[in-house]
Amino acid sequence: MKASLQFTLNGKPQRVTTEAKRTLLEVLREDFDLTGAKYGCGEGQCRACTVLIDGNPVRSCLTEMSEVEGRKIDTIESLSQNGKLHPVQQAFVNEGAMQCGYCVPGMILSTIALLKRNASPTEAQIVEGLNGNICRCCGYTNILKAVQRAAQLSREAK
Amino acid sequence: MNARELEFTEPERYELYEGPYYHFEITRRDFVQVLGAGILLSIALPGAFAQRSRADRPVRLAQRLHIGADGTITVLTSKVEVGQGSRTQLTQAAAEELRVPIERIRFVMADTAMVPDDGGTAGSRTTPSTVPAIRKGCAAARQLLIDTAATAFEVDAKALSVRDGVVEGLGAGRKFSYADLASEKHAKALERDVAPGVAVTEVAHWRVLGTPVPRVAAADIVTGAHRYPSDIRRPGMLYGRVLRRPSYGAELEEIDLTAAKALQNVTAVRDGDFVGFAAATSFEAEEARDAAAKTAKWKTAPHPSSEELYAHLRAHASSQRPRRDARGTPEEAFKGAARTLRETYNIAYIQHAPMEPRAAVAEWSDGKLTVWTGTQQPSRVMDELQRTFRLSRDQVRVIVPDTGGGFGGKHSGEVAVEAARLAQAAKKPVSVRWSREDEFTWAYFRPAGVIDVAGALDDKGMLVAWEHVNFNSGPSAIATPYAVANSVTEFKSCDQPLRSGSYRALASTANAFARESFMDELAAAADVDPLEFRLRQLNNERLRGVLVAAAEKFGWKSAWKKNSSAQKVGIGLACGTEKGSYVACCARIKVNQSAGTFKVLDVCEAFECGAIQNPANLKAQVEGCIIQGLGGALTEEMRFKDGKILNAKFSQYHVPRFKDVPKVETVLVNRPDLPSVGAGETPIIGIAPAIANALYNATQTRIRSLPIRDAKYKYS
Repeated sequence: MKASLQFTLNGKPQRVTTEAKRTLLEVLREDFDLTGAKYGCGEGQCRACTVLIDGNPVRSCLTEMSEVEGRKIDTIESLSQNGKLHPVQQAFVNEGAMQCGYCVPGMILSTIALLKRNASPTEAQIVEGLNGNICRCCGYTNILKAVQRAAQLSREAK
Repeated sequence: MNARELEFTEPERYELYEGPYYHFEITRRDFVQVLGAGILLSIALPGAFAQRSRADRPVRLAQRLHIGADGTITVLTSKVEVGQGSRTQLTQAAAEELRVPIERIRFVMADTAMVPDDGGTAGSRTTPSTVPAIRKGCAAARQLLIDTAATAFEVDAKALSVRDGVVEGLGAGRKFSYADLASEKHAKALERDVAPGVAVTEVAHWRVLGTPVPRVAAADIVTGAHRYPSDIRRPGMLYGRVLRRPSYGAELEEIDLTAAKALQNVTAVRDGDFVGFAAATSFEAEEARDAAAKTAKWKTAPHPSSEELYAHLRAHASSQRPRRDARGTPEEAFKGAARTLRETYNIAYIQHAPMEPRAAVAEWSDGKLTVWTGTQQPSRVMDELQRTFRLSRDQVRVIVPDTGGGFGGKHSGEVAVEAARLAQAAKKPVSVRWSREDEFTWAYFRPAGVIDVAGALDDKGMLVAWEHVNFNSGPSAIATPYAVANSVTEFKSCDQPLRSGSYRALASTANAFARESFMDELAAAADVDPLEFRLRQLNNERLRGVLVAAAEKFGWKSAWKKNSSAQKVGIGLACGTEKGSYVACCARIKVNQSAGTFKVLDVCEAFECGAIQNPANLKAQVEGCIIQGLGGALTEEMRFKDGKILNAKFSQYHVPRFKDVPKVETVLVNRPDLPSVGAGETPIIGIAPAIANALYNATQTRIRSLPIRDAKYKYS
């Protein structure tokens, strides 16, 4: 069933008419050409599809379009401003926290949400907070360092 | 191909024998096209081996390098980037020899219309083969720059050098750069063949190679700007879905596409055993597929289950062409030994499960086909598309954008064929991306295996005879690296239930697991510290080097306690060599005896691959291998029954996550005196036997299977 929906996407108001049961992930990727959110599993197990809705990390592969009416959606594409990387993005670059990089947008958005809840997470809190994100290249050691550096950069930026 | 290359080339027999995935009905028009292109088709395509040997022949400069008027240098290779860091490492190699900053180099990788064929990306060949080829080509280009400048300014070329892309030594006020070389005035120079034998830079003089150059194009990855194969978009592009069989061996008897075709703007195709749908959105394509699926009638076939896998493999060993290698007189040595042990190890099927499933975008234009897809073998995929659609070589172009993971799992071209068939029918570009369940079911697997090992000790506890027989999982690293006078190894292929193919380090993981577990059993039988037991019969200096390095860093000697009764903590070690590199791994585990569970506390691994080209990337590869190896060691196993995979989801198939990561220490042994070899595979082979040995040390329970778990103990 098609529905007319309004929401804010990366700071811009949008109105679309589409099947209400389509996933947010599919609409972002196919209708808005925002391909930073990735398909990894379709069952909310890997979080490669993470986007922020009203500032909270959400698995867009499990989110139907009917759920985003009136909400504020931010994707990885909205983070860097005028070519300047977000501190969390910068930390991932600095620590070489990527191999194939396919999980990285989801890791970065999950990290932003984690640091919003807890600006100075311990190693155990980072592990707990990102355990839902799979990196199949298993570059977890560098990602952990990147999150620690991101916390430091974010505190300094304030 | 010379003997040295053969020695390092992994014979990946599974892919070599894989036929095309689909066979399409031939039409009259196709037939005319085939006849028209007959002359081209009669030309044998070079095989993988021939392609690899091309790297050693002089390559025309124009094929390898493009120099822009602004001095930007583009280097071309058929290698792909799937996360192993090849793009960065090759960029370093080019920058080193051209004497230009990293930022001035751009790589075009794996676009078959543009690049010379350096072979596919497999067998850890990029470092030992392609890096030297790139370096030779770039060193020759640098010499061309010098020679052209010398001629232009009438000076002695020997007095000139290159720095930051500019010729030095020409004298005040005179400047000559790569941009000048690219100008029309000197363009003729680029048409020359590169003379072979231009010297590459010695390791002692490396300025870019050997340093931790950060990942190139990292900014595109963190901003989401990089387009992986599943992110490619073309004007008017549709999204495709393919109807999968309900079980292995099922044959489609009938299907009614009326309901699917009745949906608006849906293209539905049935061609032989292929049934696919394309629509403006994935949602609509799935609706069409699901509507058609309801009408499908399938004839199913019996299929062995994973419960009976190991008995099945042993019972279905092929009698044809076993690969046997014997030295000394093993039979007599076993008879005369003081003590003989004999055990069997089982290896489960596992999946690569790269984060990005198979994906392709296909576009037809004027009878020519362009496909963007994630594959480690662009040339093979091109060949598969040519054969399937009966096209000549110049009618197919395969482009591989940097891809979301491979691990040896993306050597085949099924999804490229599917996208191309749908695009042909829809007359529009089509994107097909497999679902995770598709990937877990219809991609190929790392082969399961059964391994029989026997060893004999003399009265001094020295190894005098060795036997190692591998059923199905593969012959790589099957030879023991230990000094034993009498040995026999044999590999037997089997009629196996699942489609299998390459995997990171392929069978060396299985063979190292069996051998290194068994060495521990022998050490226990001889009542010797397992480190000491290994060193006593190890002559290979490089392998001894990593074993000692890992043991020292780990503190093996002070930590080792012979198992007396059930302990809480156990330690184990293992070592091995494969593809010219050397690895040793120590692990410490903690056991909860009442719960029957254990966890991995810390791992220390030493690795040596000759001269280190990028220590940061090498460390990442070694750490990634150790942690990915934990999956196959502890939790990963395909379960199947009645032709269906029972755990085709991440919720049912546990791959390593943050909580599974132990403390990891690495020792990167640098050998600038030795040629650099690949590092993306071998570091994975040590972790599983190190853990199995640590479990024995803690519990006196020997688990002889991958994953390491039994009725009493499991990882948790």
